[in-house]
Amino acid sequence: MKSIGWMIVLFISGILRGQNPDGTEILKRIDENQVTRNQVVVSTMTIHGRRGSRTLKAKSWIVGDEKSFSEYLAPPRDAGTKMLKLGDELWLYTPASDRSIKIAGHMLRQSLMGSDLSYEDMLENSRLSDRYSPELIGSEMVHGRDCWILNLTGKENDLPYAARKIWVDKERWIVLKENRYAKSGRLLKQTDVTDVFQVDGRWIPRTILFKDALSKGKGTEFHIDSLELDVDIPSAVFSKAALRR
Amino acid sequence: MLAVKLALRNLMGARLRTGLNIFVLSLSFIVIIWNKGLLNGWDQQARRDTIEWEIGGGQYWQENYDPYDSFTLETSHAPIPEAARTAVRQGELTPVLITQATIYPQGRLQNVILKGIDPDQRILKLPTAVLNRQGTDIPVIIGKRMAEDSKLKVGDRVMVRWRDANGTFDAADAVVVDIFKTNVSMIDVGVFWVPLATLQSMMQIGNEATLLVTAPEKGFDDTLPGWVFKDQEFLLRDITEMIAMKSIGGKIFFLILMSLAMLAIFDTQVLSIFRRQREIGTHIALGMTRRQVVGLFTVEGALHSVLAAVLAALYGIPLLGYQATTGLSMPAGTDDYGLTIADTIFPEYSLGLVVTTTLIVLVTTTIVSYLPARKIAKMEPTDAIRGKIL
Repeated sequence: MKSIGWMIVLFISGILRGQNPDGTEILKRIDENQVTRNQVVVSTMTIHGRRGSRTLKAKSWIVGDEKSFSEYLAPPRDAGTKMLKLGDELWLYTPASDRSIKIAGHMLRQSLMGSDLSYEDMLENSRLSDRYSPELIGSEMVHGRDCWILNLTGKENDLPYAARKIWVDKERWIVLKENRYAKSGRLLKQTDVTDVFQVDGRWIPRTILFKDALSKGKGTEFHIDSLELDVDIPSAVFSKAALRR
Repeated sequence: MLAVKLALRNLMGARLRTGLNIFVLSLSFIVIIWNKGLLNGWDQQARRDTIEWEIGGGQYWQENYDPYDSFTLETSHAPIPEAARTAVRQGELTPVLITQATIYPQGRLQNVILKGIDPDQRILKLPTAVLNRQGTDIPVIIGKRMAEDSKLKVGDRVMVRWRDANGTFDAADAVVVDIFKTNVSMIDVGVFWVPLATLQSMMQIGNEATLLVTAPEKGFDDTLPGWVFKDQEFLLRDITEMIAMKSIGGKIFFLILMSLAMLAIFDTQVLSIFRRQREIGTHIALGMTRRQVVGLFTVEGALHSVLAAVLAALYGIPLLGYQATTGLSMPAGTDDYGLTIADTIFPEYSLGLVVTTTLIVLVTTTIVSYLPARKIAKMEPTDAIRGKIL
């Protein structure tokens, strides 16, 4: 009789495990969905400031989290500005000065064109599962989609954010909402994905609102106009000569 | 002596012309002394304040530190060497740790520099003792300009966000425990002063610092590997260069005034020689040599500067003395550009300054007076008496 009881318990827990994948598995699915070999993206970034908003349009060629090349297309004041990131070094080219400036790795931690994003936030493309230990804490509806809630704790002590909390679409394995925390547990940044689209079978966020949780600003809206995944990008794109072309 | 007497009599006879000349010349005296005195006062005050509030007797910089490149701050801190630790305990050195941070006063984002300093230090004039405070919030002291800029008052709490030595974000509340007033804007504008141990803990580093400030007298002066000593002259270089630049403006103004005065004296001399040909001829006819007559006219011109000095002393001493007591108020906001400048500058006049200025004016006036008088040497007395030379 006792053994039958144990069999029932094991059966039920097996069913539950089948319905609720553990945090590691969820994180793995997110990585599979969101980490790409390379991508070419045309995006629009709207920075909402106290004195109004400004919109920047850029085209970027990205390979993993090591190489990226961006060219600003609009507004006219910023058009022609180019950025090349190789490893933790950044080169910035401005047409007004017709000069390329090498900026130290620390610059990657600064605000990107006055937005709520830092360069490293923008260029983040490494696997979450490599950097964070997940813990599944429940589920919740976000923008009408059923989501898992995961608490992520940094595996190493050199991550910008010591902890994160993410809301993951249960079917599409895409992060729809995210909170990033300081070591003290203070909420620092929030992202909210309001629109998604599918490319080559992957679900990709189309519109993301980034917000500095400590400031009263309205945040920065990032919108993907077009995206090509896993396309061949000539290596010449990631050269300093390309900045002046 | 005769030349001086004659020259004085002639000058007195000219009345208005002499009066105008010596007035313009006296104005040149006053302007150069006032301008130099003002710059001297500013220079002395700025040096004194910078030493007392910021640089002490000199600073040891961690070898990567560059105050003009905030991106170097992440790598410009190192453990305080053992030799320096002894000096810190003896009050000969005080360590300062520097990092970047962001504050959110009333929800606004503002970048600041966090500077950690020992609350018990006595080397700098900063009121650091108030940082010795228990509590969960980070105690900070800020300057008046920073307080105005961030709209913070004593007792206000503000969120601070920073990155530790590994680059991980952290955030906590800070409370303003004191607002100090200083003329040194470099330690005020955009700076949050916190206890050194607190900042070391916030950055998750041990007993490290970015720079070590030495005491102005009997300070530490040993060699520290990995640290570069910057002496007072180096650290005060900005002030020296700024004063030198400002004094160029003063010199140009002085040159304009002197040129006007010299032009007037030159003109007066030419006119005198033209109008007094008969007198010149008579002097020579009565036995004076040409050189004596040239001397007479030169002394006459040069006496303008002596009389100008007397006139300048009459109205200048009370005027400049009054200004030295009450000072000159600087327009609001002058010190927001990184200049070390007091609300009121008190000019400092030295004997050397007065003597040098007097000599410059005397020599210049004498040369200008001599140039037209040279023509007298070529005069024939008979022609001169008939007024047919010029």
